[in-house]
Amino acid sequence: MQTKRTRQGYADGLMELARENQRVVVLDCDVSKATQTCDFQRLFPQRFFNCGVQEANMMWVAAGLALEGFIPFATTFGVFASCRAGDQVRNSIAYPKVNVKIAATHCGISTGGDGASHQANEDIAIMRSFPNMTILVPGDYEEAKLATKAAAAFNGPVYLRLGRDAYPVIAEIHHGFEIGKAKLLREGRDITLITTGIMVSEGLKAAEMLKEKNYSARVIHMPTLKPLDSEAVLQAARETRRVVTAEEHSIIGGLGEAVAGLLSETIPTPVRRVGVKDVFGESGMASELLDKYGLRAINIYQEALRLLKES
Amino acid sequence: MALAWRASSKIWRQSPAGGRTYSIDRCFCCFCFGRDSQNVKEALRPLLLAGIIHSIPTHAVKTLPMLDREEHRFLRQKAFEIRKSILEMVYKARSGHVGGSLGSADLVVALYYYLMRHNPSEPEWPDRDRFILSKGHCTPVIYAVLADCGYFPREDLNHFRRPGSHLQGHPYEPGTPGIDASTGALGLGISTGVGMALAAKLQSRSHYVYILCGDGEIQEGQVWEAALFGNKYHLDNVIAFVDRNYLQTDGNSEQVMPLDPLASKWEAFGWRTYEIDGHNFDQIVSTVEQAKQLKGKPTMIIARTIKGKGVSFMENEVSWHGTPPNQEQFERAMKELTLAD
Ligand SMILES: Cc1ncc(C[n+]2csc(CCOP(=O)(O)OP(=O)(O)O)c2C)c(N)n1
Ligand SMILES: [Mg+2]
Repeated sequence: MQTKRTRQGYADGLMELARENQRVVVLDCDVSKATQTCDFQRLFPQRFFNCGVQEANMMWVAAGLALEGFIPFATTFGVFASCRAGDQVRNSIAYPKVNVKIAATHCGISTGGDGASHQANEDIAIMRSFPNMTILVPGDYEEAKLATKAAAAFNGPVYLRLGRDAYPVIAEIHHGFEIGKAKLLREGRDITLITTGIMVSEGLKAAEMLKEKNYSARVIHMPTLKPLDSEAVLQAARETRRVVTAEEHSIIGGLGEAVAGLLSETIPTPVRRVGVKDVFGESGMASELLDKYGLRAINIYQEALRLLKES
Repeated sequence: MALAWRASSKIWRQSPAGGRTYSIDRCFCCFCFGRDSQNVKEALRPLLLAGIIHSIPTHAVKTLPMLDREEHRFLRQKAFEIRKSILEMVYKARSGHVGGSLGSADLVVALYYYLMRHNPSEPEWPDRDRFILSKGHCTPVIYAVLADCGYFPREDLNHFRRPGSHLQGHPYEPGTPGIDASTGALGLGISTGVGMALAAKLQSRSHYVYILCGDGEIQEGQVWEAALFGNKYHLDNVIAFVDRNYLQTDGNSEQVMPLDPLASKWEAFGWRTYEIDGHNFDQIVSTVEQAKQLKGKPTMIIARTIKGKGVSFMENEVSWHGTPPNQEQFERAMKELTLAD
């Protein structure tokens, strides 16, 4: 299976955007070779600003640029964008609805060798709790490119969540990207698997595994976590009566809680969450960590089976 | 009096260097490097007027304790071993930060094998000197030193950055014996350090808190908040270093986010500031010993270093910030270090 990096999709999307739109500018915090904005810098040196190692400052600088009409993409690792600069994002961007795009790479446990200090497993939770924040979590390279362009076209704060590693390319998510819209990837009657970000390929695999057991699983991919496509979730609950969510993020505050929260107040439905189980990560290769922390098709499959047998 | 712990004899001993000093009127800043400071100042003046440099250093180090030949050889030898260990660790893990680890090896060696009061068989000893690796990505250098001192088995180094290992990519204090503070997100170590130093004052303890920062790292605003705090509470038990290699991830620090004139910034924040050659053991040791004599202010030592020091093709090369060597590069690097040793 072909694999590609979502962060590269972001950088390539940026370069296409910048050709069309003079207002697009990019900021980075001394990690441009990792976030890939160095490619943008090479092409548009006048529109690239390296802030050095100062994430908090970058957020307010970006806000200043946005207030004067630019469309800044403030770029750094997810853990620093959400935690180090959390106050700045809340007060300078989310609260006054400033048109800043926060691009966060190296999110999730697949960040790998750098270990827990660099693995953002709580960034979605933080960003989701800020009013006015739109959260995009693309599933592969191409979708990251689409999300980058959609973020620029959208007026308001956006948090764009990207990974470090290369992930499978999923052709089905390469068209019709729309903020706030889920993508139905497989029809199904018995259970719905809702995935976000890189978990989309694992979700599709899990559906195949369930099919072998004669269960028909619906697969919904959620590249927008906020605002949540509640219509897609409600319909799935009505029609399949069981839901498993999967995200490369803590089970606290992410996709799983968003879905469970919505359903418990509307159509109470059993929901199982696949994600990082309220623990910090550790150093290791991305693939071994995804195995160890239970973020694989097999984990989705097992949760689904349990749910199917219980109810 | 300096206490030095020697791996060779595995005992504590009092260094003979503590009592011996020699007098010299020279500046050891990054411009002068021990040359006659008056001449250097004259030579620098045109550069200052032309705006090429921003300040003329005035840090004449007056009284220096001197390392004897045996001590010198010992530290040099250790630094070679540690550098090899760094390369092995990163090569095996196929991941890790080799440039900044090699560059700061001499500083960390001088601290752990000569300057610091510590006891590997009692990592939690309350009166030990503390060390905070604020530039937390450089774990290879501290892990190599801690293993060599005996804080944990040398074998553990083979599991650097592996799942289940206590040797995480960035320092994790509860996990690794000898690690005094968890770091990894840059810009926090000086804050932790001034906090620990304040605690030492409150508990009337006499140990020192050593902190090692990167130069890119001190672009973080919190560093300067900690600087204000250290000044306010007269934390003269803090001795911090900036590993001044002029490089960070994206390139030359003066292009990414200029820091010069750096010494006058720290001076202005109320810290006693020195500029030294971070690969010269005499300068490192004598400056720290002198800093200990001065009361009422925290100390900042700006140590001019070469990132990747010791391996010719890694020196001053930004691409070696966080890239592991391949087999050919690894073997070439080890050979260079063995020959130079
Ligand atoms: C808060 C934070 N931002 C960004 C990073 C990513 N990062 C790791 S090392 C580094 C560059 C550090 O440069 P410097 O402090 O000069 O270290 P050295 O040259 O000694 O390796 C960066 C930006 C980080 N670890 N923490
Ligand atoms: Mg540096």
